[in-house]
Amino acid sequence: MEPLGRRHFFRTSASLAGASWLTPVGQWLACAAEGIAPGALPPKTSFGGTASSVIVLWMQGGPSQLETFDPHEGSRIAGGTTKIQTAVKGLYLASGLEQLAEEMGSVSLIRSMMSKEGDHERGTYNIKTGFRPDPTVFHPSLGAVVCHELPNGGTEIPRHVSILSSQWPARGGYLGDKWDAFLMDDPAGPVPDTKSYLTKEREKKRMEGLQFVEQSFAKGRAKRVEETLHRETIRGALKLMTSEQLKAFDVSLEPQSIRDSYGDSAFGRGCLAARRLVEAGVRCVEVNLGGWDTHANNHQFCAANNKILDPAFSALLRDLRQRNMLGSTLVICMGEFGRTPSINPTGGRDHWPGGFSIALAGGGIQGGRVIGETDPEGKEEPKKQVKVADFHSTVFEALGIDHKKVNQTPIGRTVKFSEGDPVRALLDA
Amino acid sequence: MFLRNLLFLSMVTIGTLTLGFNLIPPRHGLPPTPSNPESYQVDQFQGTVKQVDASFQKSWSADNIQAALPADELALARRLSLGLMGTIPSLEEIRQLESQPAGERVNWWIDHILQDRRYSDYLAERMARAFVGTEDGPFIFFRRRKFVAWLSEQITKGVPYDQMVREVIATEGLWTEKPATNFITVTVQNDKQNQPDPVRLAGRVTRAFLGVRLDCAQCHDHPFAPWKQSDFEGFSAFFGQTHIGFQGVYDGPGEYVVEDRKKEVKRTVAPMVAFSRDLLPKDGTLREQMASWVTHKDNPYFARAAVNRVWALLCGQPLVTPVDNLETEAPIAPALKILADDFSSHNFDLSRLVRIIASTETYQKQSLSLLDSSGLAEKAWAQFPLTRLRPEQVAGSILQASSVATVNADSHLVTRLIRLGAQNDFIKRYGDSGEDEFDSRGGTIPQRLVMMNGKLVTERTGGGAFTATTRIQWLASEDPKAVELVFLAVLTRRPTPEESAFFEEKLQNPELSRGQEIQDLFWTLVNTTEFSWNH
Repeated sequence: MEPLGRRHFFRTSASLAGASWLTPVGQWLACAAEGIAPGALPPKTSFGGTASSVIVLWMQGGPSQLETFDPHEGSRIAGGTTKIQTAVKGLYLASGLEQLAEEMGSVSLIRSMMSKEGDHERGTYNIKTGFRPDPTVFHPSLGAVVCHELPNGGTEIPRHVSILSSQWPARGGYLGDKWDAFLMDDPAGPVPDTKSYLTKEREKKRMEGLQFVEQSFAKGRAKRVEETLHRETIRGALKLMTSEQLKAFDVSLEPQSIRDSYGDSAFGRGCLAARRLVEAGVRCVEVNLGGWDTHANNHQFCAANNKILDPAFSALLRDLRQRNMLGSTLVICMGEFGRTPSINPTGGRDHWPGGFSIALAGGGIQGGRVIGETDPEGKEEPKKQVKVADFHSTVFEALGIDHKKVNQTPIGRTVKFSEGDPVRALLDA
Repeated sequence: MFLRNLLFLSMVTIGTLTLGFNLIPPRHGLPPTPSNPESYQVDQFQGTVKQVDASFQKSWSADNIQAALPADELALARRLSLGLMGTIPSLEEIRQLESQPAGERVNWWIDHILQDRRYSDYLAERMARAFVGTEDGPFIFFRRRKFVAWLSEQITKGVPYDQMVREVIATEGLWTEKPATNFITVTVQNDKQNQPDPVRLAGRVTRAFLGVRLDCAQCHDHPFAPWKQSDFEGFSAFFGQTHIGFQGVYDGPGEYVVEDRKKEVKRTVAPMVAFSRDLLPKDGTLREQMASWVTHKDNPYFARAAVNRVWALLCGQPLVTPVDNLETEAPIAPALKILADDFSSHNFDLSRLVRIIASTETYQKQSLSLLDSSGLAEKAWAQFPLTRLRPEQVAGSILQASSVATVNADSHLVTRLIRLGAQNDFIKRYGDSGEDEFDSRGGTIPQRLVMMNGKLVTERTGGGAFTATTRIQWLASEDPKAVELVFLAVLTRRPTPEESAFFEEKLQNPELSRGQEIQDLFWTLVNTTEFSWNH
C-alpha cells in the first residue's frame, strides 16, 4: 500500500513550481541563501541562461566517439556502425542513442576535442581539471571550482558529489581537500553511516570529551591540525546526519514513472539522484558510467553502454526541462579521451586523444550545434579543434565564473582557473 | 554399526575439544622478544645514521629552521607499529616495552617488530601494491594471495631485496607453484591468447623498481627526463620472448613486434636499456638480463627507489614525491643517496635499512613544535610529518585498541577471522586510497561518518564479551586506572593531568553505567585527530 503521506507529498511538491520536492524549510533555506524570495527561484529559460549547477556524466575508460556522438556510417573506420537522424536536421548520432536523438534540440556537440594525454589517469586529470598533470601543482576539478566560486545554496549536504565513484573522482586540488567530491554508491541504498543510535544527551557528552582531547593534540600543531580538516569533517558529519536534505539522495521518493524513465540501472538512478541533489542546491554532481575501455569487442560493449546511457541522459534532460531547471543546470557527457578510428585485430578500439567528442546541454549553452569535424577516413586532423582548456573556459563562462581569475596555490604559485578561450559558438545566441 | 557409532562419538569429542581449545586460548603472558643490540653497532651502521642526520641538520641550519625535540618512547613505538605493521601497540606490548631497561626500549621495539609476522605480512602487502597493483587480475592466471604470501616469506627469511626483485622479474614456472611469476601473469591479456603484456610489464618494472615513470613515454616523449618513446619500446622488448603455456611462464624464441598506430605498419624492436648499457649482461634469458641490469649495484635508480619507498612506509611520506617518480625538478634530500649507497653496499638488507632510518634523530623527532608554526620545519623533515593513516591502518588500530591482548598472526583463529572480515568491510566503506598512495589529503566527511556511526567502531567499542571496553571495566576498579588504560589502548599514551581529571569526573556521572562511560571514552578517543593521523 502506498502511504498517504507520500502521495500527498508529491501533490504538494508539484504545486511549488521550480522548488519541487524540497520541504518548506529546505526551500526556505535554499532561497534565503541565494538571496531570493521563496517561490521565485531564478528565472530559467531553456537557452542562453546562466547555469548555477553542473551534472557531469563521466564515461570512464574513454568512450568511442564513433559509436556515440560522431558516427561515420559507411566509411571504413565505422566498422559497420550506423547513424540515426535526430530532432535537429542534419545532426546524426550513432544508432543506440534513439531517445537522446529526440533531445538534441537542447544538446550541442564538440567533435574535435584535442588532448595530449592517452593514459587513463593522466587523461582523466586533464579532462577533469583542464590542465595536464604537473608535478608542481595539483589543479582542482571543474566541480571543485564551481563549488568554490558560486555561493552556498543553503545546503547542509555536500555540494560536490560523485555517484558511483570512479577510480579518480573529482578532487579539490590546490583549493583544498574540502572541495573533494562526496563519494557515494548506487542511490538504491541509503546514504551510509548517517544514523546515530545514541540519545542526544549522550552524543553531546561524547562531543565535549572529544573537544577536550583535541585541544591537547593541537598544542604545537595548531596549523597542521587545522589542515587535517578534522574538526570541519565532524561538524559536517553531524550536520549531515540530522539534515532533512538527506532525502535528496533517496530516489525511491520519486514516482515510479519517473524512475522507470531513467532506466533500471545504477547509472540511471545516479542521474535521477543528481537531479534531486541539484534541486537541493548541490553545485556539481558527477555520475560515473564505466566500461568504455573497449580495447576488444568495441561495438558490443558500446552497444551495452548506450543502452544504459541513452534512457538516463535523455530522461535527465526531459526531467530538468519539465521542472524548469534545464536553463540553470549544465549537463556534460564526457570521458578521458576517445577511441582510435582504426579497429584492432580483436575488434577493439584503442586510446585516442586526438579528436574525440563531448556533449553539452542546458544552462548557458545553445542547443543543436556541432563544433568541429573529424575525418571520415580517420587520417586528417580534425577541423576547428577545441583544446581541453578551451572547453573548460566555455563551461566556466556558461556558469558565470571568470575563467581568467588568478589563484594562489598553497606554495604561492599563481594559476588561472583555465588557460583556454571559450568556444563562443556554443554560448552566443 | 557399533564401530560407526564409536567413530561418530570420537569425532564429536575431538571436534568439541578443538573448538573449546580455540575459543578459550591458554592464558599466559608472552615472553618478551629477544633483541639484537649488535645489529645497531655493526659495520658503519652508526656512521650512516650520523651521516643522514648531518645532511638534514645542514639543510636546516642553511634555511634557518628550528628542529623539533625528540619524541618520547611510546610515541615512537606507535609510529613504528603503524608504519611497519599497520596497527598500534597493544596494552600487552606496551607493558613488555616498559619492562625493558630505559634507553634500550626503542631498539628493542624495532627488533620486536622485525621478528613479527605482522611486519612481513604488512610489508609484503604494501610491496605487492607497487608490484602487481590492487586489482584481482585475470581469473585463473593470477593468484594475488600466493604472491603476497611468497613476498612475506622472503621478508621473513631475510632474502636480500635485489634477489627478491630478480626472482619477481625472471622466474619461470606455474603461478601456483612459483608465486613470483604472478608478477608476469597479472598482465595476461585474455584477448591475445592469454599472453603477458610487455608494455604493462615494462611500465611496472620502471615504476616499482626504478622509480621512473617511463610508461608516460608510451604515448609521448617524457616531458622532464631524457626518456624517449623508443627507449620504452626497447625496454618492453625484454619481455618479448616471455610466453605462458602449460608449464606456466617460460622464455622462448620470438621477436618483439609493435604496430605503429599512425602509420599502421609493423616493425621489430630490439631489447635495449636507456642508460648504463655496460651493466647489462650478455648471458641468460632476456628477462634474466633485464633483472640483472635493474638490480645491479651500480644502477643508481634501483636502491634509491627502494629507499624512497621504505622511508615512505616509515614516515607516511616519501623523500621524493610521488613515490614512484624520482625524476623531479624539485631538490632531492641528500639522505636519499646516503641511504641508497648504504643499502646497495650492504647486500640490499631490508632490515638494516629499516633499522637505520628508524634510528636517525630525524625519524625520532616530535611531530609538534612550539617554535615553528610556519609548517616549514615539517616540510624539511625537521619535525615528523603529520600524515593521514591509510584505511587498513585505521581498521587495524581500531581492532587492536579494542582488544587488550595482541591481535597478531599467532592470535587464535576466531579473533583473526573476525579481524579480517571486519577490516575488509571497513576499508571498503572508509575508501581505499588505491595502489600505493602517500598523499597528504585531509580527512573527509564520509570517513568521519564511518568512524562515528559505522559498524566496526560501534561493535568494537560496545559492551561485547571480548572487547577491551568490557575487560578494562573489570580489570581496573579504580577510575584513574581505567582512564589511563583506555588512553594507552587507544592513543598509546597516558592522559595529561587535565584529561584525567576531566574523564574521571565523567565516570562519576550517575546517569550512565560505568561500562557505558568507558564506552563513551573509547568512542571519543577513537574519533580524535590523534587517532586517525600518524604523528
